[in-house]
Amino acid sequence: MVDLTLTNTWAGILAFAVFMYVVMDGFDLGIGVMFRAFPVGKERDTAMNSIAPVWDGNETWLVLGGGGLMAAFPLAYSVIMSALYAPLIAMLLGLVFRGVAFEFRWRDPAHRAFWDIAFSGGSLVAALMQGIMLGALLQGVHVEGRAYGGGWWDWLTPFSLLTGASVVVGYGLLGACWLNWKTEGETQQHARRLMRIFAPLTLAALAAVSAATPFLGNEYFARWFSMPRVLFTAQVPLVIAILTWRFVRSLRRNYDLAPFVLTLAVFGLSFVGLGISMYPYLVPNSITLEMAAAPASSQAFMLVGASILVPLILAYTAWSYWVFRGKVAHEGYH
Amino acid sequence: MFHDADAILLARIQFGFTISFHFIFPAFTIGLASYLAVLEALWLKTGRALYLDLYKYWLKIFAVVFAMGVVSGIVMSYQFGTNWAVFSDRAGPIIGPLMAYEVLTAFFLEAGFLGVMLFGMKKVGKNLHFFATLMVAVGTFISAFWILSVNSWMQTPTGYAINPQGQFVPADGWIPIIFNPSFPYRLVHTVIAAYLTTALVVGAVGAWHLLKDSKQEHARKMFSMAMWMAALVAPVQVFVGDQHGLNTLEHQPAKIMAMEGHYQSHPDGAPLILFGIPDDDAQRMKHAIEIPRLGSLILKHDLDAPLAGLDTVAPENRPPVHVVFWTFRVMVGLGVLMLLLGIASLVARWRGKLYDWSWLKRFAVLMGPSGFIAVIAGWMTTEVGRQPFTVYGLMRTAESASPLAAPAVGASLVAFVVVYFAVFGMGSWYLLKLMSRAPQPHEPEPANAPAHAAGITPASALAGATRPEGAHG
Repeated sequence: MVDLTLTNTWAGILAFAVFMYVVMDGFDLGIGVMFRAFPVGKERDTAMNSIAPVWDGNETWLVLGGGGLMAAFPLAYSVIMSALYAPLIAMLLGLVFRGVAFEFRWRDPAHRAFWDIAFSGGSLVAALMQGIMLGALLQGVHVEGRAYGGGWWDWLTPFSLLTGASVVVGYGLLGACWLNWKTEGETQQHARRLMRIFAPLTLAALAAVSAATPFLGNEYFARWFSMPRVLFTAQVPLVIAILTWRFVRSLRRNYDLAPFVLTLAVFGLSFVGLGISMYPYLVPNSITLEMAAAPASSQAFMLVGASILVPLILAYTAWSYWVFRGKVAHEGYH
Repeated sequence: MFHDADAILLARIQFGFTISFHFIFPAFTIGLASYLAVLEALWLKTGRALYLDLYKYWLKIFAVVFAMGVVSGIVMSYQFGTNWAVFSDRAGPIIGPLMAYEVLTAFFLEAGFLGVMLFGMKKVGKNLHFFATLMVAVGTFISAFWILSVNSWMQTPTGYAINPQGQFVPADGWIPIIFNPSFPYRLVHTVIAAYLTTALVVGAVGAWHLLKDSKQEHARKMFSMAMWMAALVAPVQVFVGDQHGLNTLEHQPAKIMAMEGHYQSHPDGAPLILFGIPDDDAQRMKHAIEIPRLGSLILKHDLDAPLAGLDTVAPENRPPVHVVFWTFRVMVGLGVLMLLLGIASLVARWRGKLYDWSWLKRFAVLMGPSGFIAVIAGWMTTEVGRQPFTVYGLMRTAESASPLAAPAVGASLVAFVVVYFAVFGMGSWYLLKLMSRAPQPHEPEPANAPAHAAGITPASALAGATRPEGAHG
């Protein structure tokens, strides 16, 4: 019933969807996290307008991640969603507040201050909870039979708080880099200052999470340092060092796009590292891809659609970004 | 505060609450997206600025509704797992792929073209912009297609087998699953409901402004268009609803028994119970007002046809009658009023008084929210009528839930209720504020349109700061 090639293909597609979500909603949420660091008025308006046409599409990758997990790996979906119940619902409520703020803050000037708080607060909660969920999953989930067997506070540990904070500062860095790329003048100067704060924090967070993960148990240590995976692991510190050097240089030379691309590269590298920690498990030590896989008939049916539709989606998403290319102007002045 | 035995009830209330709130928004955006596409097409065809003004007017309303639909919809894609883990595990191989197709074919399409639709009018040219509007409208319809297929499969499951892990899996291809017996009826009935809901809102807004100024050209146009829609579509909906009912009688007779309040079987001609007080404990209808044999005539098209009652259904398989009985009457009652509004508008039009009769305009204003109420009532009829099953006849609601503690479900339910009422309450207020302003010649673009250095730069985004301040909430 279960086909391993199909199963691995779907694991790849879902990993791609989650990665797309992390980088695309990452800079959106990051802008929310630091939103209140920008002065009220045209700078905030510019920051928000730089993502207004694309945030909805960015968030759709999250729906694909959730829906796709249910479709391709229903057992993992049901166990993980139960295990992460509280942070997941907190994240969803955070996304409610920040999502409606895109429209609501324009509807009544007297309410704008409130929706600005909702936007940044909602973004912060969503980012923090996503990081906490990542940590909670990495540290392992108690499974009994085909169901979650733990308590509803199990997710809360020092490690999950560390991953939560890491995602917040990582998203902050992405958001600052995006604004550096998409804005000019004072807003860009503010973004550059924030990049200088978030970049070292992100690096520290990455180091802390990387140092802590192998000692969580769950065979992470063995997986990182066994052949052939060690061939990747061993390169990581060097690659990070090179990326950091390029990042500092691009910051000094006031490049617009390079810091964003370099940050994406760091995210990509971290994501591959996560894959190495997890594979072939979806829930560490208890549920493998194969165990959770939907029957081949379900996965094949979806694969037909996904192989046509995902490239199409990427094409029109790229078109939409291209339509809104260039710097977001300070409105109304020129 | 909460006992473990309540966890399933709390999970049901939470799902019912979040989906009822969510359903309001797509019920509006499906119709409104199509209306916008029609307005833009008319503008492109005739070149009349009036249509462009109406387009921009309703676009601002669409943006607010769509944002609320998106955020409440993301919640839904995770509610299956958080609250109904066992159901997700067992039904996932069937309904998961259908929902994945909804994301791939509909959500991305809507989201991908929404930015251009809202903010790209001056950037991409008229025809490409119209294409973006069309894609958003098509996306809303495709979304309805898939999610109603999922819902219909839960009502009338076909084409499945059960594997050793207890999961529902496809037995012979996907066509019998997607096009399950109740799907075509539910799809047509629901999409028409969305169109009708939108027409009633547009009509009410037009009527409201006509009451203040019956010469207002924009208000006249939208009122006229909406009344055509109501007059043409309401009768079609009555027919489609009847067909849907007959389909339900064939596949889910217990639901029809609950809708009709038929606790007892009627071997020679069942009455139509207009009103009564259902008593599930005693399994009988108190104070029933009924018309003899009309029930058989409607359902069997024969005055003397026997109709079985809930007494033929095992007690543990009976749906709760009171909710189903009452919500069904609310839906049908509002449907009759919609039909009357459509007919009244035809009479007024025929007499040349469409914009003059104040009672008609007041009637249309009052009917503004009726589509939403009817949609929610109908939804509750069909969903509560499916109880006590999630997958009809095969999987019980009681065995579908996540292994959750009642306090967790209770606490999150409270959070959802507080946040939804606050956020969507404010949203509704903003919508009413937008609607209370009459559309004007040279209707402005959305206030938050980003101005970009590349391409043509509209300097309109300042409108958010400089527009006249209306009533504050």
